[in-house]
Amino acid sequence: MNSNNFDVIVVGAGPAGITAALLLARKGLKVTLLERGEFPGSKNMFGGAVFGRVLHDIIPEYWTKAPFERFISRKMITMLAEDSAVSLDFHSAAFKKPPYNGFVVQRTSFDRWYAQEAVKAGAVLLTQTVADDIIREGSQVVGVMARRPQGELRAKVVIAADGAVSLLAKKAGLRREFTPNQFSLGVKEVVQLPAGALEERLGLTGDEGMSNEFLGRMGGGLHGGAFIYTNRDCLSLGVVAQAHSLKARKATIYDALDQFKRHPAVAPLLEGGRFLEYSAHLIPEAGINMVPQLFTGGMMVAGDAAGLVLAGGVFLEGVNFAIAAGKAAAETAIQAFEKGSFDQAAMAEYEVRLKESFVLQDIDRFKTAIPMLLNERLYEVYPSFVCRTLENWFMVDGTGHPKLAGMVKRLLGEDMGLWQMTKDGYQFGRAMLW
Amino acid sequence: MVDISQRLKFSRYRLDRQAHIEVDYVKCRRCTHRACLTACPAQCYLAHAENGVLFNYEGCLECGTCYVICDLGALKWNYPKGGCGVNYRFA
Repeated sequence: MNSNNFDVIVVGAGPAGITAALLLARKGLKVTLLERGEFPGSKNMFGGAVFGRVLHDIIPEYWTKAPFERFISRKMITMLAEDSAVSLDFHSAAFKKPPYNGFVVQRTSFDRWYAQEAVKAGAVLLTQTVADDIIREGSQVVGVMARRPQGELRAKVVIAADGAVSLLAKKAGLRREFTPNQFSLGVKEVVQLPAGALEERLGLTGDEGMSNEFLGRMGGGLHGGAFIYTNRDCLSLGVVAQAHSLKARKATIYDALDQFKRHPAVAPLLEGGRFLEYSAHLIPEAGINMVPQLFTGGMMVAGDAAGLVLAGGVFLEGVNFAIAAGKAAAETAIQAFEKGSFDQAAMAEYEVRLKESFVLQDIDRFKTAIPMLLNERLYEVYPSFVCRTLENWFMVDGTGHPKLAGMVKRLLGEDMGLWQMTKDGYQFGRAMLW
Repeated sequence: MVDISQRLKFSRYRLDRQAHIEVDYVKCRRCTHRACLTACPAQCYLAHAENGVLFNYEGCLECGTCYVICDLGALKWNYPKGGCGVNYRFA
């Protein structure tokens, strides 16, 4: 067999691609994993959390092997106003025990480790290799063109896991042009804290960790949110902004990040911190509205490349969706090899598997959250309204405490009518409650 | 305004000799919003008197935001050559 011929070519060594390569290699298939970076993880960026139950199915007790920073035992959700904040602060004993609910990881070490698991299983990892195009024979995809000498790589199946800006899915004609309302931009800083400061400031012991996701109007009027995740002895924090609001507001995300760092609820956490890294990445957030055609003859699209991210209000999950999609793609390819058929009908099994798993079920279930997430009042009005209401209510200034309803009505009148709030309440209900 | 180049100095870049994104400034001159100037998280797009914008690829974080927001098709957007571009230490 020619060295440029494989059973399966997987493009992109992120969670989706690595999972597919690992499972295919375990079955003894000849699989290559292409990665454009120097090493797997060198280009990869996210906020911070891996919800790894799906990984536990692939690598049992992965937490004893994978490089992780902390498990998340304290989950916070915060509404942010200009100089106040209100949080839900959830502590769970169950989240502290195996199999753990979620971990904070750094992608350069986590993805690198995970890719090595695929290599150990027999996958051929080709780093510093960009896949520029697909190769077709008739309607069948039969390989990719890598940007290097003798770059023609051939296979029975190509799995495109080439990230949020998937040029391969586009070149295969599986997706249309990207639009700003499909994406949010996330930027992140890693900040080193003085020894012991992180545990002390957040009340953590041992390997316990915290995630805090913020909702509110970001600096410059950007719509989105912010996040803080605990690493071992540094914090990852960042801002997420909808691309259409970046375009409309002409505000910069780094100024919004600076403003977030100066917020009175955030600044004390960063005291004495030393800047380590700044990174940026797009998040596909339009759910079912941006999922491309997931397959064609000889090809499947997985992970961010397929828009398989759950942006469901209080949920923002990607890595677990990528792993599950990579697994479904691998299982589809394995079945195709058993049957010796790689055409469109054989690849269609991939979508069936995704629909049977939480991947397309959750994304479909929470498609009702998308109108809510695009509702400007979610950022412009409600967080500051809630904070102002509580500020007024908790204020002890000698004038006595009103009942909540009267005060809400008064404060609401400053922003909008009760009718508007009722309609938004219904939208929230449709998004999250039923 | 934050000077982002100071932060990018903390990341290791391997520069390609060639820009991975090509900008068609003829189209940029027609642009009315020039949102790339503020939307790019790495300040790769700078204001330019004649063309409206000037693109520097060296600090690019390869995120794709410019590609997603440009509505004039002015960008021939691509990833850098294998192994080139930004290398994160944490992310």
